[in-house]
Amino acid sequence: MNLASSLYFTGTEVGLSIVGLVLLLVSAWGGPRSARLVTILTVSALVGATLFSGHLFDLAASETAGRAFSDLYRADTFGSFAKILIYLATIAVLMVTPRFFDQRGAHRPEYPVLMLFNAVGMGMMVSATDLMTLYIGLEMSSLSSYVLASFLRNDTRSAEAGLKYFVLGALASGIILYGVSLVYGFTGSTNYESIRAAFAVEFSTGALFGVVFVLAGLAFKVSAVPFHMWTPDVYEGAPTPVTAFFATAPKVAAMAMLVRMAMEPFAGEVDAWRQIVIFAALASIVVGALGAIGQQNLKRLLAYSSINNVGFILIGLAAATPAGVAGVMTYLAIYVAMTVGSFTALLMLRDPMGQNLETFDDIAGLSTNRPALAWCLLALMFSLAGIPPLFGFWGKFVVFQAAVQADLVALAAIGIAASVIGAFYYIKFVKVMFFEDATREVETESPIGHWIVLGLSVAIISPLGYFLTIPLGEWSAAAAASFAAAM
Amino acid sequence: MEFPILSLMLAVPLVAAIACLFLGAQSARMVALFATLFDLALGVLLWLNFDIGGAQWQFVERAEIFAGFSYALGIDGIALMLIMLSVFLMPICILASWDAITKRVGEYMSAFLLMEVLMIGVFAAQDMFLFYIFFEAGLIPMYLIIGVWGGDNRIYASYKFFLYTLLGSVLMLIAMMWMVNEAGTTDIPTLLNYDFSPQAQTWLWLAFFASFAVKMPMWPVHTWLPDAHVQAPTAGSVILAGVLLKLGGYGFIRFSLPMFPEASAQFAWLVFALSMVAVIYTSLVALVQHDMKKLIAYSSVAHMAIVTAGLFAFNVQGIEGAMMVMLGHGLVSGALFLCVGVIYDRLHTREIDRYGGLSINMPKYAVFFLLFTMASIGLPGTSNFVGEFLALAGLYKVSSLVTLICTTGIILGAGYMLYLYRRVAFGEQRNADAARMPDLNAREWMMLAPIAAATLWMGIYPESFLAPMRQDIAALEVRMARAAPEGDSHLRVGEPMERNANFVAAAHDAEGAH
Repeated sequence: MNLASSLYFTGTEVGLSIVGLVLLLVSAWGGPRSARLVTILTVSALVGATLFSGHLFDLAASETAGRAFSDLYRADTFGSFAKILIYLATIAVLMVTPRFFDQRGAHRPEYPVLMLFNAVGMGMMVSATDLMTLYIGLEMSSLSSYVLASFLRNDTRSAEAGLKYFVLGALASGIILYGVSLVYGFTGSTNYESIRAAFAVEFSTGALFGVVFVLAGLAFKVSAVPFHMWTPDVYEGAPTPVTAFFATAPKVAAMAMLVRMAMEPFAGEVDAWRQIVIFAALASIVVGALGAIGQQNLKRLLAYSSINNVGFILIGLAAATPAGVAGVMTYLAIYVAMTVGSFTALLMLRDPMGQNLETFDDIAGLSTNRPALAWCLLALMFSLAGIPPLFGFWGKFVVFQAAVQADLVALAAIGIAASVIGAFYYIKFVKVMFFEDATREVETESPIGHWIVLGLSVAIISPLGYFLTIPLGEWSAAAAASFAAAM
Repeated sequence: MEFPILSLMLAVPLVAAIACLFLGAQSARMVALFATLFDLALGVLLWLNFDIGGAQWQFVERAEIFAGFSYALGIDGIALMLIMLSVFLMPICILASWDAITKRVGEYMSAFLLMEVLMIGVFAAQDMFLFYIFFEAGLIPMYLIIGVWGGDNRIYASYKFFLYTLLGSVLMLIAMMWMVNEAGTTDIPTLLNYDFSPQAQTWLWLAFFASFAVKMPMWPVHTWLPDAHVQAPTAGSVILAGVLLKLGGYGFIRFSLPMFPEASAQFAWLVFALSMVAVIYTSLVALVQHDMKKLIAYSSVAHMAIVTAGLFAFNVQGIEGAMMVMLGHGLVSGALFLCVGVIYDRLHTREIDRYGGLSINMPKYAVFFLLFTMASIGLPGTSNFVGEFLALAGLYKVSSLVTLICTTGIILGAGYMLYLYRRVAFGEQRNADAARMPDLNAREWMMLAPIAAATLWMGIYPESFLAPMRQDIAALEVRMARAAPEGDSHLRVGEPMERNANFVAAAHDAEGAH
């Protein structure tokens, strides 16, 4: 457990931090002109981090998990899997961002740098095996997120989103900290393994309070009902690329953190937290679906859709089995593809003047104006609704199967029946695009970068995605095996 | 390895569907027609090579290319017949849309070809989850067909169709997962012989019933059907009535009956009750319709009720009859929708009162329409007679009352169909524009003549269609025998008399004296 191996296992975080600091200097001297260069360098750094995480994944799959800094941090398969998803999502968002800010004259190099620091924080969140590391990662990610939400400083909606996110996020952090202090107080340690050992000896009411507070705070971060209220406002107000980012990478990070929390320190107290997770799952599915029905703004609607999806992911967690964890990871991978695709399509919707379009009225009759884009959105929406043969079905399939295998048949039945409510607004997308007549002009060309991201996402969620089921299943199972000792 | 004919039958329309998306109107029509005709040829080949009395599952293919389920195809006689029905109706659907569809032709043809892929897939799937994927995926093209190319109220109809059927099927997925978890396999032939505990069967049966009853559709969850039929374009109605409605019946035969025999017996009263209500109620509703498509849609519900009643008779006649009604109804109701489509294309209304006396200016059309009307009623010599007779005969062994009530459906059927025919084809020519309509053209001949021939073939020599299914239905009966309910007729074989009734002692002696 020497320093060299510790640094090796934290390679992605260390490397990305150094690159981030250098790029910060570049952007300070280069000014807005360097935005493009900094974006490209950020993307390359993230590609490198992705490859290195892949390497650590292979390493951890063959050996014991790479513990760093006296088990403050663990580079295991689970963490590496989540990090790959986080980095890929960040890369995709960075690829589709520049045009949006260029058009508003706000393309500044701070943006990619903030994303980079955010990625560092998220990497720490998913790999942390100590409450202190966890909290540092969480705050690092959250603080850069608050700034990103208000990145369009002259836009009042963006500023409002940032402020709202900050106030409510700070509240959630406070709740987590309170829970952390209770857990520490009752166990005498902040290390995950020590906490589990201490809970195995005695699990007092006070400790239960600690667990509940920590989970409540994490539920806020993943925007699970009843801590979801901030999501629609922040998603609607934040600049669209930032919304795309919020809906993907931080969601993966927070969900992975929640899974690790539930499956490592609290693994012995499944009965204590399962009912919380079940409630949050069903409430998220129903509220996410019902809330979306009346929405006219597409970003707001996708915000509710993400709440809805969190509910399905939590069903996998409620199973509290390796299959459940693997299901969560598979779902997250598919969810990232669907969400990145949907937001990219949204970014490609502009009127001939270059203004972004974001309401249902704007996409009426899209299938006649932009058939390719409309068909992509159709596939994405049916995939989000979980209709086979699109790949979104597979995500739901694995989590529900895990729940059924864990004898939670009633949960699975109620959850899947509630998913029909969600289908209502997803097919509204299709209705508006295909069944109605066009009412306005839209831009007819989109840059190639957007098409690449959209094309890749649609290829993954298309029926071709089923050929990924075998590798995805193996990777997810390997990731879930990280918790074998705890289960 | 055998030639993978089933995969080829899936691949041909799939490739054509993708091609159609990028083609202009006329070439998309041609591609779609050729692809469907090619699939029909493959279907004929399939039937010719099907070994009657051979292995239960033939043309088996298997590839482990997915996690959690496998790409396994294979058919028995029941699936063969339903695949034949699908590939037979498909080119006719394309022809029916030839002139009627003018906007976004490529996408339209693509949606139909996709439907064909999915329907063949449903009938050929040998893996539970593969079945589910094909079964559920049909919602997407059908939603588009109704929503984009449908009538005035198409959006309401498409939503209703989509959400109704989705809600029905999701619970089935959970039941499937439970079964797979319990039995440890997704292979349908293995699951067919797996005995689930009777308590579990009750729940599983209900979950599957929710799905199949909506697809079937059974009263009271049939209300999506009239809306969907009325709003869909002609070819969409043909596919809905011809093949999609058969998915429910196929599901009962493939899953509910053999996998949950005890539960099926336990709930037979429910099925009978719903079927009886459906026969009477929907027939009466059909009697008062002013819209031709709606009338035929309600008649479909009544016919499907005879199918469900026949299936739950638990004997060979009942199930054979149900299959024959499904096949016959697929042809006949499809043909009736085509007949409506022919005059709708000319006058653009489905109001019965806008027509009248068509036999004067459209005599050839009137003959076809008459044939299909009679077939729908179940006149001997047509396909539906065979099916309805067998189904009711099978049912009679179980319950006289149910048979009595279901048989009234045939009388009521004669009522509403003949009433429809009288108003449309006979009488005076009340409307000048209807009186000016030209008779059938060559394309319409090509659509209606093959169906007419098949209807008569099925009515006159049903053996061709019964033979491939016989062994599978017999196996099904054996499988269900342990749970089969006792009939209510309590047949008692009497003591035979010592001599024949016409025996005359004296005459006999007298003859001997000669």
